[in-house]
Amino acid sequence: MIDLLQYEFVRNAIMAGILASIACGIIGVYVVVKRIVFISGGIAHASFGGIGLGYYLGINPILGVLPFSIASALSMGWVSKRSRLPEDTAIGILWAMGMSIGIILISMTPGYAPDLMTYLFGNILTVPFSDIILMLVLDAIIILMVYAFYKEFLALCFDEEFATVRGVHAERQYLVLLCLIALTIVVLIRVVGIILVIALLTIPAAMSRQFTSNLKKMMMLSIIFGAVFSSGGIWLSYMFDVPSGATIILVMSVVYLLYSLMKSTSS
Amino acid sequence: MNMTADVVVIKDVWVHYDSIPVLEEINLVIKEHDFLGIIGVNGGGKSTLLKVILGLVKPSKGTVRVFGDTPQIARKYVGYVPQYSLFDLEFPVSVWEVVLMGRLGHTGLLKRYNEEDKKAASYALAKMDMLEYKDKQIGKLSGGQQHRVFIARALAANPKLLLLDEPVTGIDTIMQEEFYELLEKLKTKMAIVLVSHDISAVSVYVDKIACLNHRLYYHDSKELTAEDLEATYNCPVELIAHGVPHRVLKKH
Repeated sequence: MIDLLQYEFVRNAIMAGILASIACGIIGVYVVVKRIVFISGGIAHASFGGIGLGYYLGINPILGVLPFSIASALSMGWVSKRSRLPEDTAIGILWAMGMSIGIILISMTPGYAPDLMTYLFGNILTVPFSDIILMLVLDAIIILMVYAFYKEFLALCFDEEFATVRGVHAERQYLVLLCLIALTIVVLIRVVGIILVIALLTIPAAMSRQFTSNLKKMMMLSIIFGAVFSSGGIWLSYMFDVPSGATIILVMSVVYLLYSLMKSTSS
Repeated sequence: MNMTADVVVIKDVWVHYDSIPVLEEINLVIKEHDFLGIIGVNGGGKSTLLKVILGLVKPSKGTVRVFGDTPQIARKYVGYVPQYSLFDLEFPVSVWEVVLMGRLGHTGLLKRYNEEDKKAASYALAKMDMLEYKDKQIGKLSGGQQHRVFIARALAANPKLLLLDEPVTGIDTIMQEEFYELLEKLKTKMAIVLVSHDISAVSVYVDKIACLNHRLYYHDSKELTAEDLEATYNCPVELIAHGVPHRVLKKH
């Protein structure tokens, strides 16, 4: 593995993996404990509209995803709280709507859409350095926001009603959390792609929950798990020449399943 | 503004959920040091009434003043113990962190909990005899212990009004007695309102009783008429009177 590090694209890949692990380690913990996996999946898939927008405007698709995922997060949060539709129905509709917008925009773009598969399934081995800078900035925003609102997020996730009674503007805080999920998705797209994002948001966090009951420690552990698994996945995908995003997810899920099996048989 | 005497003033409040009235024409004045029990059937609007006082539910008609202000502003002085069992007990949070949440209204946004917050939290925990469990994960405690933690969380805010929603559900009789003794002590410092569907549990301890079944029957005292009870429970009164200390029911 060490001799692989002489290649710039491998160094970039490892760096991208670590940056992704930081974002999904922190935000994934909230997704898991607040049980908002479905809405997170919705935001991720709807962000495909942003990929389409990027192609259509002829800019870096990631830059199209950024505003689009924030917009999906805000509208999903708003609709799920305010609309008379059941929450999961509303999310399901927006989920599909975002993807449809993406498909239409791509079809309207003249010519062939190159690396479309990269955005759907990720390819960490082709991450350009400019995207790493963007991931770094987004990670910094996520860390700062979670540091600033740590106690409010904790209260919101544990008992939204009580948080409101104690003067926390719960709805606004919830929307901020969804926006951070949107940013995390942007960070993760290059690594595992839109379709697989949800695995990276949930598996490391769910795994860390097995080892600690402290939210901060859960975040630290998730980051470590994420970094170890993504590096392992990158190495395996390079060795066997298989897609990196799927390999990372497969490594994670197999380890998690084995661990759960071992735990349930030993108890 | 009459800040000292009237803790809560509710005037002609109506609440509708999907155009179905849940609360109708509620008029209620809660005074300083009141210890009020509100009884009524499930679905009669008890929790909704508490949420109106907390400003969580907006009345479709009528006015609510708490400490002379809107419920949203007055929340700072109101402690709330929600109905038990509404929590995800697997949630990775310690007793200490839960009780500190009671201080959120006192610490500003973007600030850490300060010494005063920590002092208030440990004082509230000590009062509930739960200080030694402060590092435990909330789900590792027994039901009764969790209940004490949630009361401590409400007390950590140093409230002047304490609202309890079905506080004795799920705790055994001995603990119930201890619980009421605690409220007996607390009522010198704050007004207390507790709602329950269980008339016998409440009636012995509270100083005043109201009946709620969409409408409120209250005479600012511990006396209820047979008509009040019938209107509340929609069933023969002797069934209710059975097992209830006689002083609840006035002679007719």
